[in-house]
Amino acid sequence: MTNLAIKAFVKIEEGKIYSNGELVYSVEPEIHGREFLKNAYMNLGMNYPKFYKMDELSKLALLCSEVMLRRNPVHEMYESEDISIFVSNSSSSLDSDIKHQESIANVDDFYPSPAVFVYTLPNILIGEIAIKYTIKGEQCFFISEAFDVAFMHTFVQNVLVNGEAEVAIVGWVDYFENTYKAVLYTVEKTTDQFLMNHTLENIKLIF
Amino acid sequence: MKIFVTAKNIISSLGFTSRENMKAVEMQKTGVTYIDQLQGNAKPFYGAKINWEDVESRFSDFENSSNFTATEKLIILSVKDVISQNEGFDAGSPSTVFIISSTKGNIDLLEPQSFFQFDPKRILLWEMGEVITKYFKNPNKSIVISNACVSGVVAINLGKKLLEEDHYKTAVVVGVDILSSFIVSGFQSFKAISQGVCKPYDIGRDGINLGEACATIVLKKGREDQKGIQVLGGSSSNDANHISGPSRTGEGLFISIQKTLRQGNIKVSEIDYISGHGTATTFNDEMESIAISRAGLSAVPANSLKSYFGHTLGAAGVLESALSIHSLEGNMLIATFNYDRNGVSKPLNIIKKTTKKELKTCLKLAAGFGGSNASVLFQKV
Repeated sequence: MTNLAIKAFVKIEEGKIYSNGELVYSVEPEIHGREFLKNAYMNLGMNYPKFYKMDELSKLALLCSEVMLRRNPVHEMYESEDISIFVSNSSSSLDSDIKHQESIANVDDFYPSPAVFVYTLPNILIGEIAIKYTIKGEQCFFISEAFDVAFMHTFVQNVLVNGEAEVAIVGWVDYFENTYKAVLYTVEKTTDQFLMNHTLENIKLIF
Repeated sequence: MKIFVTAKNIISSLGFTSRENMKAVEMQKTGVTYIDQLQGNAKPFYGAKINWEDVESRFSDFENSSNFTATEKLIILSVKDVISQNEGFDAGSPSTVFIISSTKGNIDLLEPQSFFQFDPKRILLWEMGEVITKYFKNPNKSIVISNACVSGVVAINLGKKLLEEDHYKTAVVVGVDILSSFIVSGFQSFKAISQGVCKPYDIGRDGINLGEACATIVLKKGREDQKGIQVLGGSSSNDANHISGPSRTGEGLFISIQKTLRQGNIKVSEIDYISGHGTATTFNDEMESIAISRAGLSAVPANSLKSYFGHTLGAAGVLESALSIHSLEGNMLIATFNYDRNGVSKPLNIIKKTTKKELKTCLKLAAGFGGSNASVLFQKV
Protein backbone atom coordinates (compact mmCIF):
# COMPACT_ATOMS: atom_id res chain seq x y z
CA MET A 1 0.00 0.00 0.00
CA THR A 2 1.62 3.23 -1.11
CA ASN A 3 1.34 6.20 1.18
CA LEU A 4 2.70 9.68 1.12
CA ALA A 5 5.11 10.16 4.00
CA ILE A 6 7.06 12.92 5.66
CA LYS A 7 10.49 11.47 6.32
CA ALA A 8 12.23 14.66 7.41
CA PHE A 9 11.17 17.99 8.84
CA VAL A 10 13.20 20.91 10.14
CA LYS A 11 12.16 23.96 12.10
CA ILE A 12 14.24 27.07 12.69
CA GLU A 13 12.96 29.68 15.09
CA GLU A 14 14.24 31.95 17.90
CA GLY A 15 17.83 30.85 17.65
CA LYS A 16 17.02 27.15 17.56
CA ILE A 17 17.22 24.48 14.88
CA TYR A 18 15.19 21.27 15.23
CA SER A 19 15.66 18.29 12.96
CA ASN A 20 12.81 15.75 13.07
CA GLY A 21 11.80 17.30 16.36
CA GLU A 22 15.25 17.03 17.93
CA LEU A 23 17.15 20.19 18.95
CA VAL A 24 20.38 20.16 16.94
CA TYR A 25 21.61 23.73 17.36
CA SER A 26 20.85 26.68 19.56
CA VAL A 27 22.22 30.08 20.50
CA GLU A 28 21.27 32.70 23.05
CA PRO A 29 17.90 34.16 21.99
CA GLU A 30 19.17 37.77 22.21
CA ILE A 31 21.50 37.22 19.31
CA HIS A 32 20.37 39.03 16.15
CA GLY A 33 18.95 36.95 13.30
CA ARG A 34 21.81 37.98 11.05
CA GLU A 35 24.38 36.70 13.57
CA PHE A 36 22.42 33.54 14.19
CA LEU A 37 22.36 32.68 10.48
CA LYS A 38 26.11 33.21 10.17
CA ASN A 39 26.84 31.17 13.29
CA ALA A 40 24.55 28.34 12.24
CA TYR A 41 26.19 28.23 8.81
CA MET A 42 29.64 27.91 10.39
CA ASN A 43 28.44 25.37 12.89
CA LEU A 44 27.08 23.23 10.06
CA GLY A 45 30.39 23.37 8.23
CA MET A 46 28.60 24.03 4.97
CA ASN A 47 31.52 25.32 2.89
CA TYR A 48 29.37 27.17 0.34
CA PRO A 49 30.76 30.69 -0.27
CA LYS A 50 27.65 31.77 -2.26
CA PHE A 51 25.92 31.84 1.15
CA TYR A 52 27.55 35.16 2.00
CA LYS A 53 26.09 36.89 -1.06
CA MET A 54 22.52 35.93 -0.14
CA ASP A 55 20.06 38.02 1.74
CA GLU A 56 18.85 36.81 5.14
CA LEU A 57 15.71 35.18 3.72
CA SER A 58 17.70 32.99 1.33
CA LYS A 59 20.30 32.22 4.00
CA LEU A 60 17.51 31.00 6.26
CA ALA A 61 16.12 28.84 3.47
CA LEU A 62 19.52 27.32 2.71
CA LEU A 63 20.22 26.45 6.34
CA CYS A 64 16.82 24.85 6.73
CA SER A 65 17.26 22.84 3.50
CA GLU A 66 20.76 21.74 4.43
CA VAL A 67 19.70 20.32 7.78
CA MET A 68 16.68 18.63 6.21
CA LEU A 69 18.57 17.15 3.29
CA ARG A 70 21.25 15.81 5.58
CA ARG A 71 18.47 13.94 7.33
CA ASN A 72 16.74 12.83 4.12
CA PRO A 73 18.97 13.34 1.05
CA VAL A 74 16.18 13.29 -1.55
CA HIS A 75 18.37 15.32 -3.92
CA GLU A 76 20.63 12.26 -4.16
CA MET A 77 17.82 9.72 -4.36
CA TYR A 78 15.59 11.18 -7.07
CA GLU A 79 16.08 12.62 -10.57
CA SER A 80 16.51 16.39 -10.38
CA GLU A 81 13.45 17.10 -12.54
CA ASP A 82 11.28 14.91 -10.31
CA ILE A 83 12.00 16.97 -7.18
CA SER A 84 9.59 19.85 -6.56
CA ILE A 85 9.79 22.83 -4.21
CA PHE A 86 6.75 24.68 -2.80
CA VAL A 87 7.38 27.39 -0.24
CA SER A 88 5.27 30.16 1.23
CA ASN A 89 5.61 33.07 3.62
CA SER A 90 3.83 36.19 4.82
CA SER A 91 6.29 39.00 4.30
CA SER A 92 7.47 38.03 0.81
CA SER A 93 10.92 39.64 0.38
CA LEU A 94 10.10 42.69 2.50
CA ASP A 95 13.41 42.57 4.39
CA SER A 96 15.31 43.09 1.12
CA ASP A 97 12.59 45.33 -0.32
CA ILE A 98 13.24 47.86 2.42
CA LYS A 99 16.98 47.78 1.74
CA HIS A 100 16.36 48.41 -1.95
CA GLN A 101 13.89 51.21 -1.16
CA GLU A 102 16.51 52.84 1.09
CA SER A 103 18.97 52.81 -1.79
CA ILE A 104 16.58 54.79 -4.01
CA ALA A 105 14.90 57.05 -1.45
CA ASN A 106 17.28 59.95 -1.72
CA VAL A 107 18.06 61.46 -5.09
CA ASP A 108 21.39 62.73 -3.70
CA ASP A 109 22.34 59.37 -2.25
CA PHE A 110 21.09 57.03 -4.95
CA TYR A 111 22.71 53.60 -5.08
CA PRO A 112 20.40 50.78 -6.31
CA SER A 113 22.36 47.61 -6.96
CA PRO A 114 21.60 44.33 -8.74
CA ALA A 115 23.01 42.45 -5.75
CA VAL A 116 20.21 43.77 -3.53
CA PHE A 117 17.46 44.11 -6.14
CA VAL A 118 17.63 40.48 -7.21
CA TYR A 119 16.57 39.45 -3.70
CA THR A 120 13.42 41.57 -3.86
CA LEU A 121 11.54 38.50 -5.08
CA PRO A 122 10.61 35.77 -2.58
CA ASN A 123 11.03 32.91 -5.05
CA ILE A 124 14.76 33.60 -5.27
CA LEU A 125 15.12 31.42 -2.20
CA ILE A 126 13.69 28.54 -4.22
CA GLY A 127 16.31 29.29 -6.87
CA GLU A 128 19.08 29.20 -4.26
CA ILE A 129 17.90 25.81 -2.99
CA ALA A 130 17.58 24.53 -6.56
CA ILE A 131 21.11 25.66 -7.43
CA LYS A 132 22.81 24.19 -4.38
CA TYR A 133 21.15 20.80 -4.59
CA THR A 134 20.49 20.66 -8.37
CA ILE A 135 16.70 20.54 -8.25
CA LYS A 136 14.80 21.16 -11.49
CA GLY A 137 11.19 20.12 -10.93
CA GLU A 138 7.90 21.92 -10.30
CA GLN A 139 8.16 24.99 -8.11
CA CYS A 140 6.04 27.78 -6.76
CA PHE A 141 6.15 30.51 -4.10
CA PHE A 142 2.91 31.43 -2.32
CA ILE A 143 2.13 34.35 -0.03
CA SER A 144 -0.27 33.83 2.87
CA GLU A 145 -0.81 35.18 6.37
CA ALA A 146 0.12 31.83 7.92
CA PHE A 147 1.09 28.47 6.44
CA ASP A 148 -2.06 27.21 4.77
CA VAL A 149 -2.03 23.60 5.93
CA ALA A 150 -5.19 22.50 4.12
CA PHE A 151 -4.22 24.07 0.81
CA MET A 152 -0.60 22.85 0.82
CA HIS A 153 -1.68 19.38 1.83
CA THR A 154 -4.16 19.08 -1.04
CA PHE A 155 -1.88 20.75 -3.53
CA VAL A 156 1.19 18.60 -2.76
CA GLN A 157 -0.92 15.45 -2.69
CA ASN A 158 -2.27 16.32 -6.14
CA VAL A 159 1.19 16.99 -7.57
CA LEU A 160 2.62 13.69 -6.30
CA VAL A 161 -0.40 11.50 -7.04
CA ASN A 162 -0.55 12.90 -10.59
CA GLY A 163 3.10 12.06 -11.06
CA GLU A 164 4.11 15.67 -11.69
CA ALA A 165 6.88 15.11 -9.15
CA GLU A 166 8.20 12.16 -7.15
CA VAL A 167 9.10 14.14 -4.05
CA ALA A 168 8.19 17.57 -2.74
CA ILE A 169 10.12 19.92 -0.52
CA VAL A 170 7.43 21.98 1.20
CA GLY A 171 7.23 24.66 3.81
CA TRP A 172 7.43 28.17 5.13
CA VAL A 173 10.42 30.52 5.18
CA ASP A 174 9.91 33.99 6.57
CA TYR A 175 12.49 36.56 7.63
CA PHE A 176 11.71 40.14 8.47
CA GLU A 177 14.04 42.40 10.45
CA ASN A 178 14.82 40.29 13.46
CA THR A 179 11.90 37.89 13.34
CA TYR A 180 12.29 34.64 11.48
CA LYS A 181 10.72 31.22 11.15
CA ALA A 182 11.44 28.42 8.71
CA VAL A 183 9.84 25.02 8.47
CA LEU A 184 10.63 22.65 5.63
CA TYR A 185 9.57 19.03 5.20
CA THR A 186 9.80 16.38 2.50
CA VAL A 187 6.84 14.46 1.10
CA GLU A 188 7.29 11.30 -0.98
CA LYS A 189 5.67 7.96 -1.75
CA THR A 190 6.61 5.12 0.55
CA THR A 191 5.53 1.58 1.36
CA ASP A 192 7.11 1.79 4.78
CA GLN A 193 4.58 1.47 7.59
CA PHE A 194 6.31 3.19 10.47
CA LEU A 195 6.72 6.72 9.23
CA MET A 196 4.94 10.01 9.65
CA ASN A 197 2.17 10.10 7.07
CA HIS A 198 1.37 13.19 5.03
CA THR A 199 -1.72 14.29 6.95
CA LEU A 200 -3.15 17.61 8.08
CA GLU A 201 -2.54 16.72 11.74
CA ASN A 202 1.09 15.83 11.17
CA ILE A 203 1.78 18.98 9.22
CA LYS A 204 0.27 21.02 12.07
CA LEU A 205 2.51 19.16 14.52
CA ILE A 206 5.62 20.01 12.51
CA PHE A 207 4.83 23.71 12.67
CA MET B 1 -12.59 16.57 -17.01
CA LYS B 2 -12.16 19.60 -19.25
CA ILE B 3 -11.24 23.07 -18.06
CA PHE B 4 -12.29 26.06 -20.14
CA VAL B 5 -11.45 29.74 -20.29
CA THR B 6 -14.85 31.40 -20.08
CA ALA B 7 -13.97 35.09 -19.82
CA LYS B 8 -10.96 37.35 -20.02
CA ASN B 9 -9.92 40.92 -19.41
CA ILE B 10 -6.83 43.01 -20.04
CA ILE B 11 -6.21 46.48 -18.61
CA SER B 12 -2.97 47.88 -20.02
CA SER B 13 -1.41 50.77 -21.87
CA LEU B 14 -3.50 49.68 -24.87
CA GLY B 15 -6.97 49.56 -23.39
CA PHE B 16 -9.41 48.43 -20.75
CA THR B 17 -10.82 45.24 -22.27
CA SER B 18 -9.10 42.29 -23.90
CA ARG B 19 -10.92 43.05 -27.17
CA GLU B 20 -9.68 46.66 -27.12
CA ASN B 21 -6.15 45.42 -26.50
CA MET B 22 -6.37 42.86 -29.32
CA LYS B 23 -7.63 45.53 -31.73
CA ALA B 24 -4.74 47.83 -30.84
CA VAL B 25 -2.25 45.04 -31.35
CA GLU B 26 -3.81 44.07 -34.70
CA MET B 27 -3.34 47.70 -35.76
CA GLN B 28 0.33 47.46 -34.72
CA LYS B 29 -0.02 50.00 -31.93
CA THR B 30 2.53 49.84 -29.13
CA GLY B 31 1.86 51.03 -25.60
CA VAL B 32 5.56 51.71 -25.05
CA THR B 33 6.57 55.36 -24.69
CA TYR B 34 9.26 57.46 -23.07
CA ILE B 35 8.28 57.85 -19.40
CA ASP B 36 9.85 60.62 -17.36
CA GLN B 37 7.19 61.45 -14.80
CA LEU B 38 7.11 58.38 -12.62
CA GLN B 39 6.79 59.08 -8.88
CA GLY B 40 10.11 58.65 -7.09
CA ASN B 41 13.73 58.80 -8.15
CA ALA B 42 14.05 56.31 -11.00
CA LYS B 43 15.54 57.80 -14.16
CA PRO B 44 13.37 58.21 -17.32
CA PHE B 45 12.85 54.99 -19.27
CA TYR B 46 10.94 53.37 -22.12
CA GLY B 47 7.87 51.62 -20.75
CA ALA B 48 4.15 51.07 -21.18
CA LYS B 49 1.96 53.11 -18.87
CA ILE B 50 -1.72 52.70 -18.12
CA ASN B 51 -3.98 55.75 -18.51
CA TRP B 52 -4.51 56.43 -14.81
CA GLU B 53 -6.94 59.32 -15.35
CA ASP B 54 -9.12 56.83 -17.13
CA VAL B 55 -8.73 54.33 -14.27
CA GLU B 56 -9.74 57.02 -11.75
CA SER B 57 -12.76 58.16 -13.69
CA ARG B 58 -14.00 54.60 -14.27
CA PHE B 59 -13.40 53.61 -10.69
CA SER B 60 -14.92 56.63 -9.01
CA ASP B 61 -18.10 55.99 -11.00
CA PHE B 62 -19.02 53.30 -8.50
CA GLU B 63 -16.59 53.43 -5.61
CA ASN B 64 -14.64 55.68 -3.25
CA SER B 65 -11.27 55.82 -4.90
CA SER B 66 -9.31 56.73 -1.79
CA ASN B 67 -10.10 53.40 -0.11
CA PHE B 68 -8.13 51.38 -2.62
CA THR B 69 -4.56 51.36 -3.84
CA ALA B 70 -3.66 51.75 -7.52
CA THR B 71 -3.07 48.01 -7.87
CA GLU B 72 -6.33 47.14 -6.13
CA LYS B 73 -8.29 49.49 -8.39
CA LEU B 74 -6.93 47.70 -11.45
CA ILE B 75 -7.84 44.30 -10.04
CA ILE B 76 -11.36 45.40 -9.16
CA LEU B 77 -11.96 46.95 -12.61
CA SER B 78 -10.56 43.89 -14.34
CA VAL B 79 -12.62 41.40 -12.36
CA LYS B 80 -15.76 43.52 -12.77
CA ASP B 81 -15.27 43.30 -16.51
CA VAL B 82 -15.07 39.50 -16.53
CA ILE B 83 -18.12 39.31 -14.27
CA SER B 84 -20.05 41.34 -16.83
CA GLN B 85 -19.02 38.92 -19.59
CA ASN B 86 -19.85 35.73 -17.82
CA GLU B 87 -23.41 34.46 -17.82
CA GLY B 88 -24.06 34.64 -14.09
CA PHE B 89 -20.93 33.57 -12.35
CA ASP B 90 -21.01 34.54 -8.73
CA ALA B 91 -17.75 36.05 -7.51
CA GLY B 92 -19.05 35.75 -3.96
CA SER B 93 -19.81 32.03 -4.17
CA PRO B 94 -17.85 29.61 -1.95
CA SER B 95 -17.20 27.60 -5.09
CA THR B 96 -15.28 30.48 -6.66
CA VAL B 97 -11.62 30.93 -5.82
CA PHE B 98 -9.44 33.94 -6.56
CA ILE B 99 -5.83 33.30 -7.56
CA ILE B 100 -3.70 36.44 -7.65
CA SER B 101 -0.35 36.61 -9.39
CA SER B 102 1.89 39.58 -8.61
CA THR B 103 5.60 40.15 -8.12
CA LYS B 104 5.37 43.33 -6.04
CA GLY B 105 1.68 44.21 -5.50
CA ASN B 106 1.37 47.40 -3.45
CA ILE B 107 5.14 48.02 -3.24
CA ASP B 108 4.53 51.64 -4.27
CA LEU B 109 3.27 52.12 -0.70
CA LEU B 110 6.92 52.14 0.41
CA GLU B 111 7.22 55.60 -1.15
CA PRO B 112 7.05 58.33 1.56
CA GLN B 113 4.00 60.07 0.08
CA SER B 114 1.96 56.92 0.66
CA PHE B 115 2.83 56.58 4.33
CA PHE B 116 -0.34 58.17 5.66
CA GLN B 117 -2.70 57.05 2.92
CA PHE B 118 -2.86 53.37 3.70
CA ASP B 119 -2.08 50.96 6.50
CA PRO B 120 1.48 49.70 5.78
CA LYS B 121 0.07 46.20 6.18
CA ARG B 122 -1.35 46.64 2.65
CA ILE B 123 2.16 46.05 1.32
CA LEU B 124 1.70 42.41 2.29
CA LEU B 125 0.37 40.58 -0.75
CA TRP B 126 -2.02 38.41 1.26
CA GLU B 127 -3.48 41.54 2.82
CA MET B 128 -4.07 42.92 -0.68
CA GLY B 129 -5.69 39.60 -1.53
CA GLU B 130 -8.06 40.00 1.41
CA VAL B 131 -9.09 43.46 0.24
CA ILE B 132 -10.09 41.88 -3.07
CA THR B 133 -11.99 38.89 -1.73
CA LYS B 134 -13.75 41.16 0.77
CA TYR B 135 -14.72 43.54 -2.02
CA PHE B 136 -16.27 40.76 -4.08
CA LYS B 137 -17.78 39.18 -0.94
CA ASN B 138 -15.91 35.95 -1.61
CA PRO B 139 -15.70 33.75 1.53
CA ASN B 140 -12.48 31.99 0.53
CA LYS B 141 -8.94 33.18 1.08
CA SER B 142 -7.38 34.21 -2.19
CA ILE B 143 -4.34 32.22 -3.22
CA VAL B 144 -1.45 34.55 -3.89
CA ILE B 145 1.46 33.54 -6.08
CA SER B 146 4.64 35.58 -6.16
CA ASN B 147 7.11 33.75 -8.34
CA ALA B 148 8.74 36.42 -10.50
CA CYS B 149 7.76 36.55 -14.15
CA VAL B 150 6.34 33.03 -14.30
CA SER B 151 3.69 33.86 -11.69
CA GLY B 152 0.90 34.36 -14.25
CA VAL B 153 1.37 31.04 -16.05
CA VAL B 154 1.81 29.21 -12.75
CA ALA B 155 -1.42 30.81 -11.51
CA ILE B 156 -3.35 29.55 -14.57
CA ASN B 157 -1.92 26.06 -14.04
CA LEU B 158 -2.95 26.17 -10.38
CA GLY B 159 -6.46 27.25 -11.35
CA LYS B 160 -6.82 24.23 -13.60
CA LYS B 161 -5.53 21.96 -10.86
CA LEU B 162 -7.92 23.30 -8.22
CA LEU B 163 -10.90 22.84 -10.53
CA GLU B 164 -9.82 19.27 -11.31
CA GLU B 165 -9.63 18.57 -7.57
CA ASP B 166 -13.31 19.52 -7.48
CA HIS B 167 -12.95 21.97 -4.62
CA TYR B 168 -14.17 24.84 -6.74
CA LYS B 169 -16.30 25.39 -9.83
CA THR B 170 -14.72 28.65 -10.92
CA ALA B 171 -11.19 30.03 -10.69
CA VAL B 172 -10.64 33.75 -11.22
CA VAL B 173 -6.99 34.12 -12.14
CA VAL B 174 -5.71 37.69 -11.90
CA GLY B 175 -2.21 38.87 -12.81
CA VAL B 176 -1.13 42.38 -11.89
CA ASP B 177 1.88 44.64 -11.48
CA ILE B 178 2.26 48.40 -11.75
CA LEU B 179 5.21 50.60 -12.65
CA SER B 180 7.05 52.01 -9.66
CA SER B 181 10.40 53.60 -9.01
CA PHE B 182 11.13 50.53 -6.92
CA ILE B 183 10.88 48.24 -9.93
CA VAL B 184 12.25 50.62 -12.57
CA SER B 185 15.35 51.60 -10.59
CA GLY B 186 16.03 47.94 -9.89
CA PHE B 187 16.01 46.98 -13.56
CA GLN B 188 18.02 50.10 -14.37
CA SER B 189 20.70 48.93 -11.93
CA PHE B 190 20.87 45.73 -13.99
CA LYS B 191 21.20 47.88 -17.12
CA ALA B 192 18.44 45.71 -18.49
CA ILE B 193 16.20 48.36 -20.04
CA SER B 194 16.14 49.12 -23.78
CA GLN B 195 16.97 52.57 -25.20
CA GLY B 196 13.73 52.51 -27.17
CA VAL B 197 10.89 50.14 -27.98
CA CYS B 198 12.28 46.67 -27.36
CA LYS B 199 13.08 44.20 -30.14
CA PRO B 200 12.35 40.64 -29.05
CA TYR B 201 14.55 37.97 -30.68
CA ASP B 202 16.09 40.62 -32.94
CA ILE B 203 19.83 40.95 -33.65
CA GLY B 204 19.67 44.54 -32.40
CA ARG B 205 17.87 43.82 -29.13
CA ASP B 206 19.20 45.76 -26.18
CA GLY B 207 16.92 45.05 -23.27
CA ILE B 208 13.39 45.14 -21.93
CA ASN B 209 10.60 47.62 -21.72
CA LEU B 210 8.76 47.57 -18.41
CA GLY B 211 4.98 47.69 -18.51
CA GLU B 212 2.08 47.78 -16.11
CA ALA B 213 -1.11 45.81 -16.51
CA CYS B 214 -3.83 43.79 -14.90
CA ALA B 215 -5.31 40.79 -16.69
CA THR B 216 -7.93 38.28 -15.60
CA ILE B 217 -8.84 34.87 -16.95
CA VAL B 218 -11.81 32.90 -15.68
CA LEU B 219 -11.55 29.12 -15.67
CA LYS B 220 -14.48 26.76 -15.31
CA LYS B 221 -15.10 23.04 -15.57
CA GLY B 222 -16.87 22.22 -18.82
CA ARG B 223 -18.77 19.35 -20.38
CA GLU B 224 -17.03 16.82 -22.61
CA ASP B 225 -18.78 18.16 -25.70
CA GLN B 226 -18.35 21.84 -24.87
CA LYS B 227 -16.80 24.22 -27.39
CA GLY B 228 -14.34 26.94 -26.46
CA ILE B 229 -10.78 27.35 -25.27
CA GLN B 230 -9.48 24.52 -23.15
CA VAL B 231 -6.49 24.52 -20.83
CA LEU B 232 -4.83 21.23 -21.68
CA GLY B 233 -1.91 21.20 -19.31
CA GLY B 234 0.97 23.11 -17.83
CA SER B 235 4.08 22.81 -15.72
CA SER B 236 6.91 24.69 -14.07
CA SER B 237 10.58 23.95 -13.50
CA ASN B 238 13.87 25.41 -12.31
CA ASP B 239 17.16 25.78 -14.21
CA ALA B 240 19.18 25.10 -11.05
CA ASN B 241 21.82 27.34 -12.54
CA HIS B 242 21.70 31.09 -11.68
CA ILE B 243 19.37 33.37 -9.78
CA SER B 244 19.20 36.24 -12.25
CA GLY B 245 20.25 34.79 -15.59
CA PRO B 246 18.70 31.92 -17.54
CA SER B 247 20.46 28.63 -18.20
CA ARG B 248 22.64 28.77 -21.33
CA THR B 249 21.20 25.44 -22.43
CA GLY B 250 17.58 26.41 -21.83
CA GLU B 251 17.45 23.48 -19.43
CA GLY B 252 14.51 24.45 -17.23
CA LEU B 253 12.31 25.78 -20.02
CA PHE B 254 12.99 22.66 -22.10
CA ILE B 255 11.99 20.46 -19.15
CA SER B 256 8.78 22.45 -18.70
CA ILE B 257 7.88 22.34 -22.40
CA GLN B 258 8.25 18.57 -22.48
CA LYS B 259 6.27 18.07 -19.28
CA THR B 260 3.48 20.32 -20.53
CA LEU B 261 3.20 18.55 -23.88
CA ARG B 262 3.14 15.18 -22.11
CA GLN B 263 0.50 16.36 -19.67
CA GLY B 264 -1.68 17.76 -22.44
CA ASN B 265 -1.06 14.68 -24.56
CA ILE B 266 -0.02 16.91 -27.45
CA LYS B 267 2.59 16.11 -30.10
CA VAL B 268 5.10 18.70 -31.26
CA SER B 269 3.43 18.66 -34.70
CA GLU B 270 0.12 19.78 -33.22
CA ILE B 271 1.38 23.12 -31.90
CA ASP B 272 0.18 25.93 -34.18
CA TYR B 273 1.57 28.93 -32.33
CA ILE B 274 4.05 29.71 -29.56
CA SER B 275 3.51 32.78 -27.41
CA GLY B 276 7.04 33.29 -26.21
CA HIS B 277 8.42 35.04 -23.16
CA GLY B 278 10.65 37.18 -25.42
CA THR B 279 11.76 39.92 -23.04
CA ALA B 280 14.33 41.18 -25.59
CA THR B 281 17.32 40.74 -23.31
CA THR B 282 20.36 39.15 -24.91
CA PHE B 283 20.21 36.19 -22.58
CA ASN B 284 16.50 35.41 -22.31
CA ASP B 285 15.76 35.33 -26.02
CA GLU B 286 18.86 33.27 -26.74
CA MET B 287 17.95 30.77 -24.01
CA GLU B 288 14.39 30.54 -25.26
CA SER B 289 15.50 29.79 -28.81
CA ILE B 290 17.67 26.96 -27.52
CA ALA B 291 14.89 25.49 -25.40
CA ILE B 292 12.40 25.73 -28.27
CA SER B 293 14.91 24.14 -30.64
CA ARG B 294 15.67 21.29 -28.22
CA ALA B 295 11.95 20.64 -28.02
CA GLY B 296 11.73 20.38 -31.82
CA LEU B 297 9.51 23.46 -32.11
CA SER B 298 11.72 25.84 -34.11
CA ALA B 299 9.40 25.83 -37.12
CA VAL B 300 6.30 26.80 -35.18
CA PRO B 301 5.15 30.41 -35.73
CA ALA B 302 6.19 32.29 -32.63
CA ASN B 303 6.06 35.78 -31.25
CA SER B 304 6.64 37.90 -28.20
CA LEU B 305 4.00 40.43 -27.19
CA LYS B 306 6.35 42.46 -25.01
CA SER B 307 7.07 45.12 -27.60
CA TYR B 308 3.36 46.04 -27.44
CA PHE B 309 2.82 45.88 -23.68
CA GLY B 310 6.26 45.96 -22.15
CA HIS B 311 7.21 43.26 -19.65
CA THR B 312 4.31 43.34 -17.22
CA LEU B 313 5.96 40.97 -14.71
CA GLY B 314 3.26 39.38 -12.54
CA ALA B 315 0.60 40.26 -15.12
CA ALA B 316 2.55 38.98 -18.14
CA GLY B 317 1.56 35.31 -18.00
CA VAL B 318 -2.14 36.13 -17.73
CA LEU B 319 -2.15 39.09 -20.13
CA GLU B 320 -0.22 37.31 -22.84
CA SER B 321 -2.29 34.14 -22.41
CA ALA B 322 -5.49 36.19 -22.77
CA LEU B 323 -4.18 37.76 -25.94
CA SER B 324 -2.98 34.43 -27.30
CA ILE B 325 -6.47 33.09 -26.72
CA HIS B 326 -7.81 35.97 -28.85
CA SER B 327 -5.35 34.80 -31.52
CA LEU B 328 -6.79 31.29 -31.38
CA GLU B 329 -10.37 32.54 -31.39
CA GLY B 330 -9.77 34.92 -34.30
CA ASN B 331 -7.35 32.66 -36.19
CA MET B 332 -4.85 35.49 -36.19
CA LEU B 333 -1.07 35.21 -35.82
CA ILE B 334 0.13 38.50 -34.32
CA ALA B 335 3.39 40.02 -35.57
CA THR B 336 6.26 40.58 -33.16
CA PHE B 337 6.28 44.36 -33.17
CA ASN B 338 9.67 45.93 -33.89
CA TYR B 339 11.27 42.63 -34.91
CA ASP B 340 13.27 42.73 -38.09
CA ARG B 341 16.17 40.26 -38.23
CA ASN B 342 16.95 37.03 -36.44
CA GLY B 343 19.26 37.50 -33.49
CA VAL B 344 19.35 34.09 -31.82
CA SER B 345 21.64 31.14 -32.48
CA LYS B 346 18.75 28.71 -33.05
CA PRO B 347 16.53 30.70 -35.42
CA LEU B 348 12.84 30.74 -34.58
CA ASN B 349 9.92 31.16 -36.96
CA ILE B 350 9.15 34.67 -35.73
CA ILE B 351 5.86 36.10 -36.98
CA LYS B 352 6.79 39.29 -38.81
CA LYS B 353 3.46 40.21 -40.27
CA THR B 354 0.03 39.77 -38.68
CA THR B 355 -1.57 36.95 -40.67
CA LYS B 356 -4.85 35.10 -40.73
CA LYS B 357 -4.29 31.38 -40.19
CA GLU B 358 -6.33 28.47 -38.93
CA LEU B 359 -5.13 28.01 -35.33
CA LYS B 360 -6.07 25.38 -32.79
CA THR B 361 -3.29 24.87 -30.23
CA CYS B 362 -1.07 27.43 -28.53
CA LEU B 363 1.90 26.95 -26.21
CA LYS B 364 2.61 29.86 -23.85
CA LEU B 365 6.08 30.12 -22.33
CA ALA B 366 7.44 32.03 -19.36
CA ALA B 367 10.77 32.38 -17.58
CA GLY B 368 11.80 34.43 -14.58
CA PHE B 369 14.33 35.41 -11.98
CA GLY B 370 15.26 32.63 -9.61
CA GLY B 371 15.76 30.27 -12.53
CA SER B 372 12.02 29.70 -12.81
CA ASN B 373 10.27 28.52 -15.97
CA ALA B 374 6.68 27.66 -16.80
CA SER B 375 4.45 26.80 -19.73
CA VAL B 376 0.78 26.19 -20.47
CA LEU B 377 -1.17 24.75 -23.41
CA PHE B 378 -4.41 26.22 -24.74
CA GLN B 379 -6.56 24.49 -27.34
CA LYS B 380 -9.62 25.65 -29.25
CA VAL B 381 -12.26 22.93 -29.46
